[in-house]
Amino acid sequence: MHVVYPAVVSALLFSIGVYGVLARRNTILVLMSVELMLNAVNLNLVAFDVWLRDRLHGGQVLTLFVIVIAAAEVGLGLAIILALYRNRQTVDLDRLRSLSDLTDTSGPTDTGPTDTGLTGTGPTDTGLTDADPGNPGSHSPPRDRPPAESRSLPRTLTQPQPQTQTHTETDTRRSRPEPGSEADTRPGDAP
Amino acid sequence: MTEVPSYLSPTGQEIVFLLLGAVAVGSALLVVTTRQLVHAALWLVVCFGALAGCYLVLTAEFVAWVQVLIYVGAIVVLLLFGIMLTRAPIGRSADLDSPNRPTAAIVAIATAAVLVTVVVDGFRMAYVPLEPGGGSAGELGASIFRNWVLPFEALSVLLLAALIGAIVLSRTDIRGRD
Repeated sequence: MHVVYPAVVSALLFSIGVYGVLARRNTILVLMSVELMLNAVNLNLVAFDVWLRDRLHGGQVLTLFVIVIAAAEVGLGLAIILALYRNRQTVDLDRLRSLSDLTDTSGPTDTGPTDTGLTGTGPTDTGLTDADPGNPGSHSPPRDRPPAESRSLPRTLTQPQPQTQTHTETDTRRSRPEPGSEADTRPGDAP
Repeated sequence: MTEVPSYLSPTGQEIVFLLLGAVAVGSALLVVTTRQLVHAALWLVVCFGALAGCYLVLTAEFVAWVQVLIYVGAIVVLLLFGIMLTRAPIGRSADLDSPNRPTAAIVAIATAAVLVTVVVDGFRMAYVPLEPGGGSAGELGASIFRNWVLPFEALSVLLLAALIGAIVLSRTDIRGRD
């Protein structure tokens, strides 16, 4: 067999994976694209192992190792995604901008005209206030949730003293846009 | 590697490999372009299955079965569980693609062009006559446990660490230190 064939197939798979990582918005789809790239590498490793007739079978053994590492990576990645979904109620990569600068968040995050009215309390804004530990409103959305959800609350809400006076006003402030923002951003994304 | 057969008269192995490769690339394209999240995971199964067939053609049997077991059996199921637990929309959803899709397409096409050009130019003269038995479970097992024992053990520790990390990350009743 010509070595060109597996090499070309793996190059195409790798670039498809690059496209998926860059173009997809859902985090799980990005994970799938990473898997595609890892599979392209595996195909290359197997092909070159067969071509070079490695006496130690380094290529195929490394392929097995890569498969195992990919399994571990997917497990950890999904755990991170689930934790993210528990805290932010979204897995859209475009909305997770808490590490970006404050200035350029207004452009790509607002996906609809109704969303801009909620920027003070919307779900896209909660990430921006994470850097401020004194702001109790940044992690208040789990407070309105059922007890199964609120068990995770002391992990995210570590400042005990300002809770008592800000509790009521964050509750009223959060409870209003929470269902509305979910319904508002969905049609805004459609076009 | 002295005498390279012509590209115009492909052998049966090459035809089978090219068909499987076409299936793999096509289903991978569908994975990254489909509008339904669950369909992406199912097309991923097709892609991994075709790749396992490619490994079989390349005489890497053990890698092929491990691919079927772990990728098709475990990783896709994990991804489907992730889709389910994040309450993703089951039907057609329009917001799976980010707005920088044309840029991504340009980057991907450029990557494909560079890689395919370099690979074709570099390995045009390479030819490998396939012989069965090189990737059997016995050969690979002997190789792993004779020459690659230390990476194997390190990998088991890494798997344990990943397992514990996933448990800690996904449980909600483990609290951080105040």
